[in-house]
Amino acid sequence: MSEEHRGIWVFAEVIDGAIAGVSLELLGAGRELADKLDVPLAGVLLGENITHLSEQLIPYGADEVYIIDDPVLKDYRTEPFLAGMGKLARMYVPEIILYGATPNGKDIASAIATDLKTGLTADCTMLGVDIENRLLEASRPAFGGNIMATILCKKHRPQMATVRPKVMKALQPDPARKGMVLKEKLEMKEAEIRTKVLEIIKGPGKSVDLEGADVIVCGGKGMGDEQAFQLIHQLADTIGASVGGTRDAVEARWISHDHQVGQTGETVTPKIYFAIGVSGAIQHTVGMKNSELIIAINKDPDAPIFDVATYGIVGDARETVPVMIKAFEELLRENEVISHA
Amino acid sequence: MHIVVCVKQVPDTKVIKINPKTNTLDRRGVPSIINPYDAHAVQEAVHLKRQHGGKVSVLSMGPPQATAVIKKSIEIGADEGYLISDRAFAGADTLATSYALTKALEKISKTSPIDMVFCGKHAIDGDTGQVGPGIAKRLDIPPITNISAITKVTKDYVELQRKLQDGYAHIRSTLPCLITIEKEINEIEYAPFPNMLKAVNYQPVVWSIDHLEDVDRKQLGLKGSPTVVGKMFAPPKQEGGHRLEGTPEEQVVQLVEVLKEKQYLFHFNKG
Amino acid sequence: MPEKFDVIVVGAGPAGTSCAYQCAKNGLKVLQIERGEYPGAKNVMGGVLYKQQLEEIIPEFWKEAPIERPIVEQRMWLLDEESAMTLGFKGRAWANEASYNNFTILRAKFDQWFARKAQELGVTLINETVVEECLVENGKVIGVRTDRPEGEVLADVVVLADGVNSLLAKQLGFHQDIEPAQVALTVMEVLKLPAETINERFNIEDGQGCTIEMFGDSTKGHLGTAFLYTNKESLNIGVGATLSSIVKEKIKPYELLEYVKNHPIVKPLIQGAEEAEYLAHLIPEGGYHAIPKLVGDGVIVAGDAAQLVNGIHREGSNMAMKSGSYAAEAILLAKQKGRFTEEVLAIYREKVYESFIGQDLKKYKDATETLENHPQYLKEYIPMMNRAARAFFTVDGTSKREKQKGIFNMFMERGKIRTVQDMYRAWKVMK
Repeated sequence: MSEEHRGIWVFAEVIDGAIAGVSLELLGAGRELADKLDVPLAGVLLGENITHLSEQLIPYGADEVYIIDDPVLKDYRTEPFLAGMGKLARMYVPEIILYGATPNGKDIASAIATDLKTGLTADCTMLGVDIENRLLEASRPAFGGNIMATILCKKHRPQMATVRPKVMKALQPDPARKGMVLKEKLEMKEAEIRTKVLEIIKGPGKSVDLEGADVIVCGGKGMGDEQAFQLIHQLADTIGASVGGTRDAVEARWISHDHQVGQTGETVTPKIYFAIGVSGAIQHTVGMKNSELIIAINKDPDAPIFDVATYGIVGDARETVPVMIKAFEELLRENEVISHA
Repeated sequence: MHIVVCVKQVPDTKVIKINPKTNTLDRRGVPSIINPYDAHAVQEAVHLKRQHGGKVSVLSMGPPQATAVIKKSIEIGADEGYLISDRAFAGADTLATSYALTKALEKISKTSPIDMVFCGKHAIDGDTGQVGPGIAKRLDIPPITNISAITKVTKDYVELQRKLQDGYAHIRSTLPCLITIEKEINEIEYAPFPNMLKAVNYQPVVWSIDHLEDVDRKQLGLKGSPTVVGKMFAPPKQEGGHRLEGTPEEQVVQLVEVLKEKQYLFHFNKG
Repeated sequence: MPEKFDVIVVGAGPAGTSCAYQCAKNGLKVLQIERGEYPGAKNVMGGVLYKQQLEEIIPEFWKEAPIERPIVEQRMWLLDEESAMTLGFKGRAWANEASYNNFTILRAKFDQWFARKAQELGVTLINETVVEECLVENGKVIGVRTDRPEGEVLADVVVLADGVNSLLAKQLGFHQDIEPAQVALTVMEVLKLPAETINERFNIEDGQGCTIEMFGDSTKGHLGTAFLYTNKESLNIGVGATLSSIVKEKIKPYELLEYVKNHPIVKPLIQGAEEAEYLAHLIPEGGYHAIPKLVGDGVIVAGDAAQLVNGIHREGSNMAMKSGSYAAEAILLAKQKGRFTEEVLAIYREKVYESFIGQDLKKYKDATETLENHPQYLKEYIPMMNRAARAFFTVDGTSKREKQKGIFNMFMERGKIRTVQDMYRAWKVMK
């Protein structure tokens, strides 16, 4: 570690020609850290034909943007991205680098941590800073999400963390903000790279759209058995919602893995989230607590899900859900009548 | 084709309990299991062996009890197992872990060159997914993470389906390479009885630090780990919401009223 | 070609492991197959381990086995809705190592330990595997087929210790379907409580345990019993009733357990305890009449599978272990003779019937049926005894002689002849 490591970087991930939401969120979180440590905040942008995107980063809080614009960076691959990030980090020695905990963000962060022989904390949900010691306090759910742990990297720089999407808040963009753009080159030939991206297939691979859903009905262990879990599907069918499941429900094979909400599944932010028979272990709530309206049904009045729920019903889901289905069916029928009238 | 699968023994996080007073783990009665993603990785390697021939080895780092996950891998169909076990490895974070495993892989490859290294996507006790790419970097082979299908295997390259946030990338990589495995890649098969018999009495090759070559001890275990746990704390409590009262019918009536009032009903679509 | 062992033992409970242990100790190649995730995973019952049978197999086992507490006191409660006639025995001698009688155990821990001891002697234990059928060739059992791919495995002799309602024994035609009256469904919870609290509430010290058997209102008068055992830092509380009464009287077993837990006499003992586990298990109660055919060519049936449980005294694990030992003895003899025929193995049946197992089961052969057919014992006499005791011990100015007379009349209200008949019948089945 040396005194010269200064500044906070955010790896700006590009998805479909635009900056990923999580990267903008990280600029918001990074801004706060940078102000506390009195250092500049930088976005790091790698890709092909992406230089113009620097204009998106500065309004969201970046003071500086480092850019490598090169055809070998067209689609994400570890090798060229590692070469690019590694080169920049060695040249400009930041003290903190933040990445979105996305497949690509986690991939590049892991490779760079090994390359730079430094510490990396995965899947953080809280970031803080010890100003005196200039330490990043990266906190994350640990041990299956039952408890929070703060991880420190005391003697190595840069300090690095991947951060879960939709946990941090992006700033309101300020078009008047000014920033500096620095471009670097990557000396790497396509022929040197051992992996090729043959094709990118959008969407269809994933049959379940939880992230885009406005309403999600999620069932947990409290449903008791696979048969009772069908009530979750019935309710979802009634109101046109997507179905989610907790890790327990997935492990019990009541529902497939791609429906999983939580730390090891999807992070979702629907308008309405029904948590039914879900106890509310933090491993689950990190994935859904930012939903607009949360309705929880659980037998146990002390279940932690009620701490995040907007409305709580203490009761047996097997009794309540059928009543709910009936009520919503009637409601929707009424509305149909009204809209046709 | 020689595939080495890195497997980890983890506490079954489904049954882990936290002592709410001390914020410490209550490990009593918590069973140790093979990391589920690693089990899928072993299964996938066994599938490939069936189709293309070769050998499946598994490698684990941990205390002597970690032999159990190697036995589990033998049940699934692995041919041989290696355990690196030494106090010097204890307390390793992902950086130090990838260093130790890399040293063991180098030793294995001396007698039997490795075509592919498989890792689980992440371990359920750490959820980091950092060790696999770390090993790849150290071995200087390409890492391809989050693999949900292996679509083609030749002696020079593989074609893989890599899971992205909103879709898939179809990737070709030269061999050797390292891939990390998603659960959806396969279903764990019910192990054949002869495998069960073989596993019961199977003893892996156990290496201590002295068995490994060119090891820089400073990069191992606690000493070689840049990260430390600062503190453990209970998850922040959020302000709880409103409790509905009464019979199920009464509660649902209240809920419908609230949804109407707050104009949330238009989010419903008739299914 | 399937692998071949000397012996295959199906099941890793007390009977199976006892047999496997002794076969391996005498140099036989033994394969043990357990359906649960580990031995004891599927087991609740017992909770009480008797010393003698295991000591014959592993001397001074209590020094290393995961026992909870040596039992120094056995209580019996005859409950009505709000009172209890209590009797029992507490002996300091039972707290001494030299004269231990029995212990409370947690089966999940104990069965694993016992199986591990057998593995140390060379037994090959395969978990999470279901034996689907015995392989039979020319009327002789030559191995088993498991539910796994390539699941056949061979042996000279197969020991069926696969628990109550042994499907394997049934497939071989050794018994018919088990009658609902011949089997009890027991549900049990493990309740966590600090050791000091247990010591205080049960008036015992560290290293001392207590068992309470409850009759009468604990099962709302249905045929069955409830029990409460002290472990080191937990209690086992459970209730069992015959399957026939559960069906006939539409009892929900977990409701019955809730009822017991909330019984005014029981509740103070378990107050504040944390529920750690919930388990359910079938226990053979058919006794002597229900014992199936015990041996065939290349096959032996042991433990619960052979219905070797004394329902009246709640003894099962000791009979299971002993039958496992006898099975091992028979197998070793057969090995010596080089013939694993029914004729050679028949020595097992003789030993079972001649030992305390056969004798005790014979003694109580009609007890369960009698209680099943005559519900008045549990439904009427126990409440009556409670009323009698209350009347007798309540000081209200009535003379003791008057009270005795009143109590006598109370019992005779049912009709002299009926009462005398009931008493005679009870004496006859218990004698």
